[in-house]
Amino acid sequence: MTPTLAGLPLTAVVPPLAAINWHSFFFLLFASIACGFAVAVVTATNVVRMALYLVLSLAATAGLFLLAGAEFVGAMQLMIYVGGTLVLLVFGVMLTAQAPFVSIATSGGDRVLAGVVGAALLGALLMAGLSVPAWRAPASGKLAEPAATPLGMALVGVRVDEPAANAPEKAVRPGYLLPFEIISIHLLVVLVGAAYLARAKRRKTPRAIDVAASVEPPASVAEHAAIGRGPAGAGSVLAGGPALTGGPR
Amino acid sequence: MVDFLTSLGLSGLLAWTIAAIVSAVLVLNVIAGGALAFIWAERKVSARIQDRLGPTRTGGRFGWLQSVADGIKLLAKEDLMPEGADGLLFRLAPYVSFCASFCAFIALPFAFDVVGQRLNVAVFFVVAVLGLEVFGVILAGYASASKWSLFGAMREAAQVVSYEVPLGMCVVVPVMLAGSMDMVTIGEKQAGWFWNWYLFHDPFTFVVFWVYVTCAVASVNRAPFDLAEAESELVAGFHTEYSGLRWSYFFMAEYGSMFLVSAMAAVLFLGGWNGPIPVATLVGLSEGTGDTAPYLVRLLGLANLIGKASLGVIIMMWIRWTLPRLRIDQVMTTCLKYCTPIAAVMFAGAMLWQIILPGGLMPGVGRPGGEIREGWLEGPGGRAAVKPVAEGEKVARATREATP
Amino acid sequence: MIGSLAIPPLFGLLITEPVSVAHYLVVGAIMFTAGVACMATKRNALGVLMGIELVLNGANVNFVAFASPYLAGEGARSLGLDGQAIAVFVIVLAAAEAAVALAITLNFYNNHATVDVDRADDLKG
Repeated sequence: MTPTLAGLPLTAVVPPLAAINWHSFFFLLFASIACGFAVAVVTATNVVRMALYLVLSLAATAGLFLLAGAEFVGAMQLMIYVGGTLVLLVFGVMLTAQAPFVSIATSGGDRVLAGVVGAALLGALLMAGLSVPAWRAPASGKLAEPAATPLGMALVGVRVDEPAANAPEKAVRPGYLLPFEIISIHLLVVLVGAAYLARAKRRKTPRAIDVAASVEPPASVAEHAAIGRGPAGAGSVLAGGPALTGGPR
Repeated sequence: MVDFLTSLGLSGLLAWTIAAIVSAVLVLNVIAGGALAFIWAERKVSARIQDRLGPTRTGGRFGWLQSVADGIKLLAKEDLMPEGADGLLFRLAPYVSFCASFCAFIALPFAFDVVGQRLNVAVFFVVAVLGLEVFGVILAGYASASKWSLFGAMREAAQVVSYEVPLGMCVVVPVMLAGSMDMVTIGEKQAGWFWNWYLFHDPFTFVVFWVYVTCAVASVNRAPFDLAEAESELVAGFHTEYSGLRWSYFFMAEYGSMFLVSAMAAVLFLGGWNGPIPVATLVGLSEGTGDTAPYLVRLLGLANLIGKASLGVIIMMWIRWTLPRLRIDQVMTTCLKYCTPIAAVMFAGAMLWQIILPGGLMPGVGRPGGEIREGWLEGPGGRAAVKPVAEGEKVARATREATP
Repeated sequence: MIGSLAIPPLFGLLITEPVSVAHYLVVGAIMFTAGVACMATKRNALGVLMGIELVLNGANVNFVAFASPYLAGEGARSLGLDGQAIAVFVIVLAAAEAAVALAITLNFYNNHATVDVDRADDLKG
């Protein structure tokens, strides 16, 4: 008599060790970390904790990319997204730190509305995603060729990767030279624009934050939020720092 | 290792777990044992540079056990946390730093095929993970609820992130010369005598090596780029409020990163596990059959790599105790006005050298010219095949792919 | 439709059966919705920026899932290199957009001493 748990055989709920598909196990691990911390970003109130949860969520996403066989995209996610964009974000959080007594929470009505819209959107996306039978077929386990060189060649305009298994004979496989050039110019424009926007300006009238800082002295040293607002704060130490890190990488 | 364990009769899962644990323990010992050795070396090297002796009492005449004594002292210290500190982030920060340093060792080869996990984007992965160490620093600085910590953390984050740009450009040059981001392949291509090393491949790569050294020293926050822990200015920067075992995690992460960038320099520019004189080939070991000959060759390679990396670390210590510290604006100037343009121009130069003189200055001696670099034409697997293919055939195949 | 992911033996099934593209699509959907909720509810401008990053990441997960020949079923076709190239472009563009958004936020902070987006009402009627 096989042991049961709530009417189902126990082995269905807690599978024996030999039957575990380790790819699925790690997928479940990374997926729960990514989704869990993404939801934590929504629910957290402290901005620094939100940034930390976002870092963990995106790092777990890099793990998901590696599990799907996209090694280059996974490494790129770690380097550019987590190592670049999120450092930028954390810089921004530190530079605009507010005193804790300023409540910046959303009102209840807005939250309910957002919850309803979010649930509807999630339902629609899940229904769309689970509706195509071809997408629910179990993984075939075919290993992909390493993508670094084919990707590099495609960005120069030449496609050297093998065509998909049952692609039509005369399928057009375009190179990515034009998007590559457009993105290069785009990054240059962004670099110049962000540096210009974030430059230290010569002012005749004092900045609003300096006025605010002189009017309300920080309560105690432990108010680490006040550090960001001080006149000798991190902003002057890093003249133009954050804007430089968003450039071409 | 997995095959060996399964041949002993263990089940697949147990074999994989044991292999993973052994690899992790080995890497951990490299970092921890290395830190132990380098702490002692630092004290001795700094002492000699400052015309004094350094530790001479603990454990005999050379103070061998000084590091052990330091470790015991750190373990026995009181575990403090400042009053206004964010508890979770304060406790998490040292582990984040250490994990980033540790994870990068996964892709670092210590000899031919002696690597935690052979990735075909190994160089990219190591540079990416090194950039994650800055999160531990920022968390530590913020969570300490102290002005000095926050300043130090911000400075260090700006420095590390800015120096990733020239570091990436420097690292791309050996990748371009070898045709693959797989570090095992890059090391393999430098086999033979020392003139096969990429350092001596062309003058542009020679200059790029020195730019890499500068960027690597800045990346791990060693003097003269160590304003984040500027002892005379910021108390101790981002780890001011850390004491005891928590502080030692930051320390281990720093020494681990120093060893890592030195090992990377060795693999990318200095031939990796191939010594200056190919002893194994001369003695005849590399053609040996059976189990012991390849094992000895790899052991020799391991010793070579660790020797070169340790030499790099000692040179970093030498630089630290010789040069004065740079100001933050000088650090940024060095990065943006000197390192980045030089690295970019040298990269262009190395590329032109490859196109104009693919066989090097003396074709026929050393590397063959005009070879297919990565094995992507053979299919998945990616192990570099040195297979001369006529230029015309390559172009014909490429044009056939491009036209529908 | 949702029957294949029925709740009771969920854990056991998930670990023993190989995953499919649909699993990744679910993860992408959850991240996307979390990002949209973040953009809608947060009053901190940086919180909104984090929502944007989550949205772009959710889309990237979908692209990589479609691009993977490992995940595609037997005889099904994957996007292959095209999907990975698009994911690479999305990452680069997201980094660029985060830089500009942060510069704007810093300017706003310098001028208004707050990052509360509800206080950005200078042009209000």
